[in-house]
Amino acid sequence: MENIEKLNFEETIKQLELIVNELEKGNLSLDESVKKFEEGIKLSKLCNQFLNNAEKKINILINNDGKLEEEKFEI
Amino acid sequence: MRPEPITVTQLNKYMKDKIAGDEFLNNIFIKGEISNFKHHYTGHMYFTLKDENSLIKCIMFKSATVNLDFKPQDGMKVLILGTVSVYERDGVYQIYCKAMKEDGIGVLYKAYEELKEKLKKEGYFSKEHKKKIPFMPETIGVLTSRTGSVIRDIINVSTRRNPNVHIRLLPVPVQGEGAAEKIEEAIHIMNEKRLADVIILARGGGSLEDLWPFNEEIVAKAIYNSEIPIISAVGHETDFTIADFVADLRAPTPSAAAELAVADVNELINRLNIDVSRCKMALTKKIELMRLQYEKCMKSTVFTDPLQKINEYYLNIDNCIKKIENSINIKLRDSKIESTNLISKLDALSPLKTLVRGYCIVEMNNEVIARADDLKKNDKIDLRFTDGVKKAIVE
Repeated sequence: MENIEKLNFEETIKQLELIVNELEKGNLSLDESVKKFEEGIKLSKLCNQFLNNAEKKINILINNDGKLEEEKFEI
Repeated sequence: MRPEPITVTQLNKYMKDKIAGDEFLNNIFIKGEISNFKHHYTGHMYFTLKDENSLIKCIMFKSATVNLDFKPQDGMKVLILGTVSVYERDGVYQIYCKAMKEDGIGVLYKAYEELKEKLKKEGYFSKEHKKKIPFMPETIGVLTSRTGSVIRDIINVSTRRNPNVHIRLLPVPVQGEGAAEKIEEAIHIMNEKRLADVIILARGGGSLEDLWPFNEEIVAKAIYNSEIPIISAVGHETDFTIADFVADLRAPTPSAAAELAVADVNELINRLNIDVSRCKMALTKKIELMRLQYEKCMKSTVFTDPLQKINEYYLNIDNCIKKIENSINIKLRDSKIESTNLISKLDALSPLKTLVRGYCIVEMNNEVIARADDLKKNDKIDLRFTDGVKKAIVE
């Protein structure tokens, strides 16, 4: 579970759901449960970051003799 | 003086008359390939007849279509008997077909089938080679025409699903000469600079020749060799191009491609919220469970009445002692009864009783003398009575 910052969104939410299932089974000790819970909350925050940090960009690439330029694209 | 200009209508009427007067054009026999075929609901058929270099519009009215012995389709090679005439309104000349026959399989269609078979054999369509479409790609590359409904549909669907979507459009021609090379180049550019995490290669519907660039080997190879996963959405749902078979995922329409490439953010937020509340519920439940367990423990007699167990042991000890006492008492009583019996038996046999009745025992030197012969004159003897001993001398 180290390096959770390196996971992508899909891996992060999968990890979170793994923890949810483990917690729901209920056969962890209280200590372990609390630890898992904290991990879960951390993962959910990371997921939220993934969703909120993106910025809308709709661009067009223009190929000028092999040199690419990127511009905002309007329909 | 300048001549009076004529109207467009007049020109088209003139052309029509001119052509109508040509006997050759009134009765032509022509071969070619059908494309852009449309069977109008009125029953008339509209299509284009073409060869490698040229094309002409054709109409077959319903009255003539009843004699057809096959169903015309795009890509079919046909022989046509008809009349060339001008359609005045549009200023075009076209063939009015009277009869039509099939002339083998269309060249393009044949080429399509051959390439498909070849690439299939070479493993271009193999499932093992197909790359997974990322679940939430950061950047979506779109290869399509910069105008038209395709890019609009893709942008609309993408932004609806994820308002913060990042799209990079690299415009490519999607039909005509040189389109395949441009598409190949675009796939190459996207890969070389890693400009996207997933690519949508899209085009609207069209005839087999319109879609042709997507049936060319160089495009198939570019898709196959792309490191970025490619979703194809070429033509209508019913059109299958080689590109569709090679692509990592085939979408029936450009909108569907956008849905496959862009995760629905609202759905994800929902899922995330549910996960978090499940997390919280699970922990709350765990704590509640532990509390109940604790309470159950505290209710146990071990805690509520700690002396109970000790008292139970005391009781046991008392019981044991009682049992021991009982058995000793019984033994004692039995022994007493036995001894009384023995004493009374002994009593009955005792010589002392006989003495009471007036007998006496003769003893000499502490031995009982039972016979007279055992005594001589002057033997000193003891006479034992019940109440004592008297000495005597035998005469």
